[in-house]
Amino acid sequence: MGRSKFRLLGQSWLFWVAVILVFLAAQWVLMPRLTEFRRTAWVMFPSIMAIICLGLNFIYGFNGQFSLGQWGFYAIGAYASAVMTYRLKDQFTYPIEGLVFNTPPLLQRLIPLEQIDLFHFDLGQSGLLLAATLFGALLAAVISLGFGYIVLLRLGSDYFGIATLGFTVIVQTLLINSDRVIPETKGARGMVGIPQLTSFFWAFVFLVLAIVVIRNVLYSSVGRAVVSVREDELAARAMGIDTLKYKTIAFVIGSFFAGLAGALYAHLYAFLSPIYFGFVKSFDPMIIIVFGGLGNLTGTLLATFIWAITLEGMRIWLPQGFEAWRFVVYPIVLLLMMLLRPQGLMGKLELGFLRAPKWPQRATSKAEAPTAEARRETPEPQEAVQ
Amino acid sequence: MSQDTAQGPVVLDVQGLAKNFGGRLTTQGYEGGLWAVRDFDMTVSEGELVGLIGPNGAGKTTVFNMISGLISVTDGVVTFQDQSLVGKRPHAITQAGIGRTFQNIRLFPQLTVLDNVRIALHPHCGYGLLHSVWQGGRFATCEREVTEQAQDLLAIFDLQDRQDEIGSSLPYGEQRRLEIARALAAEPKLLLLDEPAAGMNPQEVHALMDLIQFIREKFDLTIVLIEHQMRVVMGICEWITVMDFGQVIARGTADDVSNDPKVIEAYLGRQGRGVGSS
Amino acid sequence: MRDLQSRLVVAVRRYWYLLIIAALILAWLVGKYREMPLLFWQFTVDGIRLGFVYALIALGYTMVYGIVRLINFAHGDVFMVGAYTAFYATTRYQWGFLPAMALAIVVCTFLAVVIERMAYKPLRDAPRIAALITAVGVSFFLEYFTALDFVFTPNFINYTPLPLTVTTWRVRGVTISNIMLLIIAVTMVCMFVLWFIVYRTKLGKAMRAVAWDKDTARLMGINVDMVITATFAIGSALAAIGGVLYVVTYPQIRTFLGVMPGLKAFIAAVFGGIGSIPGAFIGSLVIGMVEILAQGYLSSPMRDAIVFSVLIIVLLYRPTGLFGEASKEKA
Repeated sequence: MGRSKFRLLGQSWLFWVAVILVFLAAQWVLMPRLTEFRRTAWVMFPSIMAIICLGLNFIYGFNGQFSLGQWGFYAIGAYASAVMTYRLKDQFTYPIEGLVFNTPPLLQRLIPLEQIDLFHFDLGQSGLLLAATLFGALLAAVISLGFGYIVLLRLGSDYFGIATLGFTVIVQTLLINSDRVIPETKGARGMVGIPQLTSFFWAFVFLVLAIVVIRNVLYSSVGRAVVSVREDELAARAMGIDTLKYKTIAFVIGSFFAGLAGALYAHLYAFLSPIYFGFVKSFDPMIIIVFGGLGNLTGTLLATFIWAITLEGMRIWLPQGFEAWRFVVYPIVLLLMMLLRPQGLMGKLELGFLRAPKWPQRATSKAEAPTAEARRETPEPQEAVQ
Repeated sequence: MSQDTAQGPVVLDVQGLAKNFGGRLTTQGYEGGLWAVRDFDMTVSEGELVGLIGPNGAGKTTVFNMISGLISVTDGVVTFQDQSLVGKRPHAITQAGIGRTFQNIRLFPQLTVLDNVRIALHPHCGYGLLHSVWQGGRFATCEREVTEQAQDLLAIFDLQDRQDEIGSSLPYGEQRRLEIARALAAEPKLLLLDEPAAGMNPQEVHALMDLIQFIREKFDLTIVLIEHQMRVVMGICEWITVMDFGQVIARGTADDVSNDPKVIEAYLGRQGRGVGSS
Repeated sequence: MRDLQSRLVVAVRRYWYLLIIAALILAWLVGKYREMPLLFWQFTVDGIRLGFVYALIALGYTMVYGIVRLINFAHGDVFMVGAYTAFYATTRYQWGFLPAMALAIVVCTFLAVVIERMAYKPLRDAPRIAALITAVGVSFFLEYFTALDFVFTPNFINYTPLPLTVTTWRVRGVTISNIMLLIIAVTMVCMFVLWFIVYRTKLGKAMRAVAWDKDTARLMGINVDMVITATFAIGSALAAIGGVLYVVTYPQIRTFLGVMPGLKAFIAAVFGGIGSIPGAFIGSLVIGMVEILAQGYLSSPMRDAIVFSVLIIVLLYRPTGLFGEASKEKA
């Protein structure tokens, strides 16, 4: 008897089966019912956004460092991977036919497709995307290591935030002028010709990966050290935690995922413009995580999807001619949210496997240390019981 | 200045410790500013329980902060078990074997009681980032060990029933115990307690005194204690250093110190009487 | 004197590499000057002009931060509203320049008070991030609301005809315009008035008290709400003036006008030490100069990257800015 010992990345086999089922459901049941546009705007884009927001929440919500620099790493990941695939796109194709079969009549209600393609993809291109994404993410991580370490060494909270803001602006300026060094990027005119390699599969895989990795780190000793810095940095130092090291670790992890998300983003819309990676937009992830609840993973996920879908959805729901109003409604909703529920949607509440693991109490020997309560129970003065 | 009864190897040796706030560094040393601590000496031997007292603002917490590395040392030597501590970062000092508590309890406010202790066990946890992500066998084993150690420690302090409660929601006395438990999780050799009896009623104070002696025995500690409540100091400290205006003004046993005119003057002014009795 | 000398010696020992870099930069600047002195002076003049405009905006940021520890991201947008107000007043309704500026001041002050009462005041005791996000929200709101067709429209607008006739003079080969003199004069007047208010009036004393310790000030009988609102009002009045002067200098208006100048003014305030009024002024001058020099001598498109790099480097060595409170060690 007993539970199966199988654990992949700390999660049970049941978890992974559920993940696969969710993927299949989304791929075959949900996506076919959405227009191409909605698939991108309502499912894939928020998935990518969620990755960068989880990273930012790790840095700010859990580690307590206010950073606006993730947007800069998003840009770095996007451009780095885009340049790589742009140059290599014709050299790596290896189509795989896979299995095609007709949808069984029983499932046709659920799955509105006539045929189901299994394992029908291009191995070469997928491999290219994978490599480019890792490249973008690692480049972002390396740069964040250098930048973060130097800046964290000297600056705390507010000023660190300002330095990261400067970083994002510097990255954007460099990208606007990048065509002098890397002509493919076409600088301010925007980069085109990026192969559109991001499929739902990859967005989903990387999102799940991001969620599981961040959750795992959080609920481990490393995660506890990271959180202790937010709680009380001085006390953390006094308890033996090298706070500089953990601030750097958190920053690098968050930036890694930002770069990863950027790479996926570049291959989603197949177009990159440096204007998108500017100061104004850099607040989006920050707004999302505050909206969902700082230091709350479930909240970030929910908030990203709500944010993306609502912002896009308003284009449809608002009466004709009023589409521009959605950017007016959006800050109003934000303001109301801050006034009415500043702790965010989920506050401190996590759901499902994102909850902190509980450890049962152990039956141990009675308390040994003398306490005030124990003294009260025994009125006569007594020696400390050993 | 050495004591009469050196009980064993010297654990902590502080010589000429000094701290200047706000002065300007010149080629002749610091100009201006405030000397919060000056010419502070203290030698503590293994297993001793000693006190550091003095009026408010005398510089006691500053001394602790310098020993534990939270504040930079302007001048002086701090030697712990033959290692110099000056210039070391606080976490390295803690890992070398010095634990401390704080005047205004500094628990991790939003974390559970269990997590508060587990964080202090982190440097000994046995795995790093890679295993945190992978969460394989090594992770499971180490997590169980760390958690069990933390739970055992909590049980000693009768806090095991509170393990999942948020630290800041505990009653004051229990928060103090938790802070001490947390400091002990790192298995220190030397424990610095900063006003552990602050805000306690007489009954709690007496229990605290028992507790301090208990942990000294059980955990084989050397303890330096800052305290204002004379009952505690006179009751449990083997010898006492008295500070005023950043400098040592007296040293000795409880009796010596309570009859020292300089000490009386520091606490009560020129016309004062004897400083409290046990 | 001995004291100064020995302090200098210690500073040199610690920061010798910085001094070398500073010397190199100075040498390079001198070289540029010798090469084309007129150009150098022209840049200096332009830099000062830009710096003064930034100063007007930076003062608002620094005062608000000093008093409620809030980075008022909407400040740049209030600046924008001031610019638009003056524009519409002079072009559509044929107001004169000074009346238009007065109107801009009134409108912006009113706007700032409304924003403060409705959005910031309720969050005074909430976590700081909530107030920050609210400020960002207000900023977005102002930017997008004014971009709606029935308000200011999202289009770029050229400010013609200008409400002032621009006259320029060449002084020893350097072009100076009456606008620049106007900017300097107006800013100096504003700084004087501000100094007077903060250091010579009861309101100013109250402002300083609240900046120091809000709760104690309240206990001393100061109407803290009034003081905070007044601070926002004064800051926004300055921003309005800055807005009018800015569009007269760079006559192209759009609803996102306030973003970059607002950001740069904010950087200038941080650079000079956020919360410090002289710091905001000096910081703005420096940032204005750096921006113009970088644009002129180094690279126009990379200008912003250079400005921000300078900021980051300075922050690394002096984390609280030039005139900021020295970093305190915690006990």
